[in-house]
Amino acid sequence: MTILDKTVDDGAVLSEATAGDYLELMKPRVMSLVVFTAFVGMVAAPGALNPFVAAVSVISIAIGAGASGALNMWYDADVDAVMSRTASRPVPSGRILPEQALAFGLVLSTLSVMTLGVFVNWLAGAMLAFTIFFYAVIYTMWLKRWTPQNIVIGGAAGSFPPMIGWAAATGAVSLESVILFLIIFLWTPPHFWALALFKSGDYQRAGIPMMPNVAGETSTKRQMFGYSIALAVAGVLPSILGYAGVAYGVAAAALGVGFVWYALQVLLMPQEDRAMRPAKALFGYSLLYLFAVFALYLADCVAARMFAGQLAAVGVGS
Amino acid sequence: MSVMDIETITPTEAQKKARRSRNVAIGLALGAFVVLVYVISIVKLGSAVLSRPM
Repeated sequence: MTILDKTVDDGAVLSEATAGDYLELMKPRVMSLVVFTAFVGMVAAPGALNPFVAAVSVISIAIGAGASGALNMWYDADVDAVMSRTASRPVPSGRILPEQALAFGLVLSTLSVMTLGVFVNWLAGAMLAFTIFFYAVIYTMWLKRWTPQNIVIGGAAGSFPPMIGWAAATGAVSLESVILFLIIFLWTPPHFWALALFKSGDYQRAGIPMMPNVAGETSTKRQMFGYSIALAVAGVLPSILGYAGVAYGVAAAALGVGFVWYALQVLLMPQEDRAMRPAKALFGYSLLYLFAVFALYLADCVAARMFAGQLAAVGVGS
Repeated sequence: MSVMDIETITPTEAQKKARRSRNVAIGLALGAFVVLVYVISIVKLGSAVLSRPM
């Protein structure tokens, strides 16, 4: 009997993918925004959720978002490979095989939806399942390569987490949670198109019909400005509709004015400006805006609840 | 080659290191999931977790 000893350096046989590569499949930066917005939706909702059940909800939503990221990276490996921003992702760089990313995404999708459904409630579980389906199938497989409205419609997937958080806490959908959805939904186009403006060469090469490549930069800038105004208004809606305080309204309005100002700088950006500093500035500010608006909304809800608690303690309103 | 030939594979250092990293991550994730299911059962059922038909 002979024993054949081979040193295998073929990645297809023995993987060199580390746990970190799999974590990267889950798009941790997108996940952090999902965790934050879902958390705000959950805490803002009326009624007290057990802290541990709340933690399980947030973890499930985060894993579900990560799973849809993995499915996106499985399907998009071909276009990711030709774009500078995404060429080093685990699948196009060859560290993880496409079928491994697919299996990882499917297993985590199932686990996260089942966990949320069984342990929290099935409305939240169903909404998470729909969000994963919407991002992986409707956006990634269909819209992204087909229409310049890809990220507008696809943005719904990223807008669902606060609604899922709210549904986890209350078992229902409400106007307040729909407005949180609306804020992220209107935020997505100017945020993403700012990136698409200074990365338009990448999208051109990959054959992705982003708005600047299809409708031109001028039209894109105009649409971004329009969405920015709508976003600035939506950000103040919680105060206008009377369920958030004046302090929130004033701060959200100021942040919204800032957003419109940055979008205006992009609108006024000359065609020959290839450094596109205003677009990069808007992209950076958009992240700050979303974080700040949600943090303020959270603070407003917590403060209102504490104030109501104090009033109850001194016997007012009882 | 006789019928008894056995093919073995010697992983490279990088492959061994990556495998270990994946194993640790899977172990931690499974452990965390077990703890999660246990604690949430207690949280949701409370003392009722003990009441069952004999």
